[in-house]
Amino acid sequence: MVKDARPPTVAETATERPGRVRLRLREIEAFYGQIQALRGISLDVHEGEIVTVLGSNGAGKSTTLKTISGLVRARQGEVELEGESITRLAAHEIARRGVVHVPEGRRILRGLTVQENLELGAFTVKDPALRRQRLEDVYARFPILHERRHQDGSLLSGGQQQMLAMGRALMHGPSVMLLDEPSMGLAPKLVTEIMRIVKQLNEAGTTILLVEQNARLALRLADYAYVIENGEIRLHGAAATLREDASIIKAYLGLGEES
Amino acid sequence: MSDSSNPRPSPPRSSSQREPEARRPWQRLIIAFESPGPRRALQATIVLLLIVMPWISSQYTTVILTNALLYVVLCLGLNIVVGYAGLLDLGYAAFFAVGAYTVGILTQQFGVNFWVAIPFALVAAAIAGIIIGGPTLRLRSDYLAIVTLGFGEIVRFTARNLEITGGASGLSHIPEPSLFGWRIDSAIDFYYVFVVLAILAYVASQRLFDSRLGRAWLYVRHDEDAAEAMGINRVRIKLAAYVIGAIFGAIGGIFFSVNLGAISPESFSFQQSVLILLAVVLGGMGKIPGVILGAFIVVLGPELLREFDTLRLLIFAVLLLAIMLFRPSGIWPEKRA
Repeated sequence: MVKDARPPTVAETATERPGRVRLRLREIEAFYGQIQALRGISLDVHEGEIVTVLGSNGAGKSTTLKTISGLVRARQGEVELEGESITRLAAHEIARRGVVHVPEGRRILRGLTVQENLELGAFTVKDPALRRQRLEDVYARFPILHERRHQDGSLLSGGQQQMLAMGRALMHGPSVMLLDEPSMGLAPKLVTEIMRIVKQLNEAGTTILLVEQNARLALRLADYAYVIENGEIRLHGAAATLREDASIIKAYLGLGEES
Repeated sequence: MSDSSNPRPSPPRSSSQREPEARRPWQRLIIAFESPGPRRALQATIVLLLIVMPWISSQYTTVILTNALLYVVLCLGLNIVVGYAGLLDLGYAAFFAVGAYTVGILTQQFGVNFWVAIPFALVAAAIAGIIIGGPTLRLRSDYLAIVTLGFGEIVRFTARNLEITGGASGLSHIPEPSLFGWRIDSAIDFYYVFVVLAILAYVASQRLFDSRLGRAWLYVRHDEDAAEAMGINRVRIKLAAYVIGAIFGAIGGIFFSVNLGAISPESFSFQQSVLILLAVVLGGMGKIPGVILGAFIVVLGPELLREFDTLRLLIFAVLLLAIMLFRPSGIWPEKRA
């Protein structure tokens, strides 16, 4: 693996990105105590895109999402939503602006039913008619959740929990959805199913920032991709371009055998 | 939802729903009272019983029951903090003290009318709640427990060392209140005052539980990050629990002080905080009927064991341990398995 030399970015060849910039990170640095997790992350998410952030374990992918949603404070740099800085806003204020984080491990509330978990998503929605409408939409999209609506959400299977986590985010009516490893721990068939749903959500108008370890899968889905290593962006470009260049993927992600 | 008294319309129980099988008759009894019909009957019976109690029992029993009802108010208040919002508070007696002392000082030292003094006591408790909660509720984990423990002791020591609070001997000759010419002074009068307070506390607890705020507490208690990621202001929600809990405590303290006519710092010790917390945990955190039951057990237990004389506290302690061992989540059963 190339360590020090600044890698050639594919970005120059793939600058044409449609839509306005919805979310922009400028030179974000974040720390856990003394340990620097992010070393100047800059990335753009345009309206209507699926942007994926790839990288190995501990590269800083999840931290990047947490910095956007306010769960981790950036020490340096700016996060901008629609050109407006949200860097110093509290997590709940960022959520109220339509940026919804679907965290790693799904974070389904134990002891609450599927429906109660979904209702959490619409907590800030004041209009009861709109809440009902969203609930119906989510149930239409995920019939299994309707079937299990009175069951303890934490007793669902991994794939269903992921659907519940995404459904909960949809209840909020997000303009940007931050998805952290939705395929984690799922059987291949379910992974495909989840990815199909991500695509559908995007087609329905949600801008998506997707963190994935499964690079091939994410690149098939995404419009644009960033590769993080050691808290730095190593590579970025149109997903299609990166997908073509197998050697780059191999070099930076060490993924040869995955489907 | 874990509260058994939650009256949200739930679909009729079908066999497919996983309801824990009631193995013992008394468990079956408790579960039966979770449906609205029997529950209303139970509530009516309890209220009726509370009303006739002084006429069918001794003055001694009335005084003990008054104390139990005071504990119901305090426990329901602490339950909002501990049970609803999931914050451990080891210094709850401080709010009880703030209510009692504010009214004691205003009425006894400044001659303020009791009813006029009440709002001052409530505001004082709310401010105390904000002062202690504001800086600490931002912290995660159990720092709050330590800070509240310290706060409880600070309030007690302050009361002990100030002149206005009467120092270690406290305040005495706190005048009895009157209401529209009716002088509230006998044990039975105060008993009925506390019946009303306990019912109000019960209704308020229930309303809060079913409110939007109650929902927010539920979510924050389960997972702060997930709640915050959905736009819930974690700090404000917790502070609300803290301030509302403080107001419940102050209400208990206000009427405690005029009931006894005298208060001293020792009424508001760490032990007092622990006893209230014990009742909440014992009955079942977050579950209103459980908390009420816990309050009665904590007050009536030592009285019922009085004939064992010196052994009674030991027996009581063993009983409490046994309850916690066999029903770790409290006496009142969880709605779900």
